[in-house]
Amino acid sequence: MEATTETVVKPPTFFGPVDWLRKSLFSTWFNTLLTFLSLWLLYVVLRGALTWAFTTADWAPVTNSLKLFAVGQYPLDQMWRLGVIISMICFLMGVSWRLWGGTVRTFALAMAVALGVMALMPVRMDLTLRLWFLVNPALMALGYLTGRSPAVKSQWVMLGWLLSFVATIVLLSGFKGSALLPRVATNLWGGLTLTFLLALVGIVASFPIGVLLALGRRSSLPVVKAMCVLFIELVRGVPLVTILFMASIILPLFLPDNLRIDRVLRAMTGMTLFAAAYMAENIRGGLQAIPRGQEEAAKAVGLNGFQTMALIVMPQALRAVIPAIVGQFIALFMDTTLAVIVGLVELLAIGKTVLQSRPEWLLLDTEVYLFIAAVFWVFTYSMSYASRQLEVALGVGER
Amino acid sequence: MTEMNNDDIIVCRDVHKWFGDFQALCGITTTIARGEVVVICGPSGSGKSTFIRTINRLEEHQRGDIIVDGIKLTNDIRNIAAIRQEIGMVFQQFNLFPHLTVLSNITLAPIWVRKWAKAKADEAAMELLERVGIPEQALKYPGQLSGGQQQRVAIARALAMQPKIMLFDEPTSALDPEMIKEVLDVMVELARSGITMIVVTHEMGFAREVADRIIFFDFGKIVEQNTPDLFFESPEHDRTKLFLSQIL
Repeated sequence: MEATTETVVKPPTFFGPVDWLRKSLFSTWFNTLLTFLSLWLLYVVLRGALTWAFTTADWAPVTNSLKLFAVGQYPLDQMWRLGVIISMICFLMGVSWRLWGGTVRTFALAMAVALGVMALMPVRMDLTLRLWFLVNPALMALGYLTGRSPAVKSQWVMLGWLLSFVATIVLLSGFKGSALLPRVATNLWGGLTLTFLLALVGIVASFPIGVLLALGRRSSLPVVKAMCVLFIELVRGVPLVTILFMASIILPLFLPDNLRIDRVLRAMTGMTLFAAAYMAENIRGGLQAIPRGQEEAAKAVGLNGFQTMALIVMPQALRAVIPAIVGQFIALFMDTTLAVIVGLVELLAIGKTVLQSRPEWLLLDTEVYLFIAAVFWVFTYSMSYASRQLEVALGVGER
Repeated sequence: MTEMNNDDIIVCRDVHKWFGDFQALCGITTTIARGEVVVICGPSGSGKSTFIRTINRLEEHQRGDIIVDGIKLTNDIRNIAAIRQEIGMVFQQFNLFPHLTVLSNITLAPIWVRKWAKAKADEAAMELLERVGIPEQALKYPGQLSGGQQQRVAIARALAMQPKIMLFDEPTSALDPEMIKEVLDVMVELARSGITMIVVTHEMGFAREVADRIIFFDFGKIVEQNTPDLFFESPEHDRTKLFLSQIL
């Protein structure tokens, strides 16, 4: 046992790539066999897929309808408004990158690269549009430089994001009778823009409503509690399709004739209330995971009920259920496709429209739906990536 | 009825408390003088924790009166808030806020309840951390500290509100043996500083050293109370003798 001092102090040695290969892929003859089998399968599938994508597949319906996929029937001469929105987001992205770094940088870079790629895409496109695509990364850089100023504070940037959300909706819809920003009826909104809008409004609005419902369900006031339980259980007991249908077709029957709610707004309301009920249950789960001692300690130092909830219980509860909440956001994002049943032409519905627009495209559904799936995947994956980063960032010091 | 004496900071008259059908406190009557250090001991389930939790209204008593620093404890939220600001509490399980740094744990209440400026609260918090001996841990999170360090942070957090009374609910029961001393040392220093303290503990060494009075609880009643000398040397009741023979 003389050797103990030497053997014990040694830290675990670094594994080289060869060691790693041997250890994880070729440790036994059976694993070696499996490795080769998997490689062969991967080769067959990838070769088939890539050959199909680059030779057999006809991407014409996609490449010729990019405008439709992006914004639906939104009038061409008003497209500059979307340009302004995206530029605004790019600038804010730049500022946030400088201020917060980390995950924001990853997303900002991904966005800049995507815009660059679009500028160089080998499809028919105006030169001005190409130039605009290139201007946006520059705007992002400008935002980054702005963010270096010590005058720029986190609160201001958050306010900026909130305002940009309002500005987006105002810009998209415009005003009745305005020469500069004429009204664009919501039945012309469509494509990815509409999908985004539905999801974003749903996410932004359902979260606070969900928090209130969760608190209400735990309330000691019997009426508040009963109302919340009733709402949550009623909504959770009905499929989203039914709720959308009710919101857009049945609800107007009960409203007076002069009170007509826009159909996009109706769909948004339905989706928000649906999401809020599930959100409430997720958050309630988080609230129940917080030990009673936390609340007692907060009260013992003199915090009032609201402060105890806002400063001590809720932050911990929300952090505990980030995966569930983001999972629900992702579900909500994909559930926007159901808006098609109430006549909204979001991304998936555009796919159908495109396929039927020319007889020779009718059989190209594989290409179109693959494209749509890829678009959805990019955004849902981004969301789950962001959630994981958020968990890491907020998990500081917790054991 | 005893008249309210200005030297008495806590007056309890015939306090009763039930949990469902179980009676946890059966008529507690006692007064605690300003600056007095009282140790409460007794077997588990005897109501000693419940008793000190009724003093800052973490538990509601159902009969009798509790008067803290001239304020009678009722369901009036303003009274409860006023009293909680005068009383610091240290828990068996520390109950630090895991999502806040040590410094923020301490400054939270001064900033939000006393409305102090952050700089002032930070400065006061650092002084308290010096006092409990761990200023170097200020920017860590509770989860990164040992149990003894966490409990000392909890004491600093309670002191940050500059309370007149400190309640300790078995502050060393969840600690490893070698960490008990560092917490008791802080408590001994505190007891000698003249603050009113009520300590529920099984640490009889601590009781003997700093307590002005020891109260022995059993079945929700005060069985016996006396100065440490008399309590340990010549206990009157058989129940007290049995308890002492088992823990000493």
